[in-house]
Amino acid sequence: MKYLEDIAVGEKTELGRHTFTAEEIKSFAQRFDPQPFHVDEQAGACSHFGGLVASGWHSAATCIRLLVERRLRQEEATRSRGEPVGRTGPSPGFRDLKWLKPVRPGDTISYASEVIETRRLESRPDKGLVFALNTGTNQAGEVVISLVTCLFVDRRPG
Amino acid sequence: MTRLYWEDFVAGTVAEYGPRAVSREEIIAFAAEFDPQPMHMDEEFARSTMLGGLAASGWHTCAIGMRLIVDGFMGDSDSLGSPGIDEVRWLRPVRPGDRLTLRRTILETRPLKSRPGWGLVRFRFELINQAGEKVMIQENVNLFGRRSSRQ
Repeated sequence: MKYLEDIAVGEKTELGRHTFTAEEIKSFAQRFDPQPFHVDEQAGACSHFGGLVASGWHSAATCIRLLVERRLRQEEATRSRGEPVGRTGPSPGFRDLKWLKPVRPGDTISYASEVIETRRLESRPDKGLVFALNTGTNQAGEVVISLVTCLFVDRRPG
Repeated sequence: MTRLYWEDFVAGTVAEYGPRAVSREEIIAFAAEFDPQPMHMDEEFARSTMLGGLAASGWHTCAIGMRLIVDGFMGDSDSLGSPGIDEVRWLRPVRPGDRLTLRRTILETRPLKSRPGWGLVRFRFELINQAGEKVMIQENVNLFGRRSSRQ
């Protein structure tokens, strides 16, 4: 990743997309969120969801995977040009995670990320914080998830 | 069977669930699947970061918290899902071998005006390690069926 000083508010990136299968929806939920409507089609059909739906943590973790993979690719490209790579992460947390619509088997979610704020840290002159609004949109154009992530990012040395 | 309905959640009450141990293998496996940053997969690299050593992805910590929530009480409830999470703060690294306890505080309960038969519960969940340190704080709403409408 770039240094804090290189990151501009309004910068928007398409992160890629992911198609959720019934098998992986159930596999994630059996491990981390085994509520009936996340692990069993029949139970989902009897619920207000009207069918199997992905755990919200699954659709969020998928967004994180795409965010991290994009950053690792950027860092690799920067390194291959012989340029220094600023440290990014960890994260102190997130806010405003909204599960707006259910994610169902076969849904393809396209994720995007937009920088909404960068902040210098009084307590750590070598670090700053970058806030991004991330969204996932299904094949019908409906936003199904949004969340504001936050990352520690190195400031440019010197 | 002690199925929980919205009426069973009382504002101001506190309960604890767990603990659950977190292994090095599962920290690395979760990171490989969802958060493949070297600080969650490579001990030596992790020592050079702000984490100071291998630590679980915060998203893994949230997922472990969710599992403790479901096993602790939500699995036996008339849960209707959650509209989202207001805020999560990752306060300390979660290390291999840590044992995490979930503390649930009920902040607010009210019936949903828009959906008769549904009620809202606002929770604060804290994950606490074996040293008594808070590693995560989360606040969110979950929706539940009301006993009056189901029986």
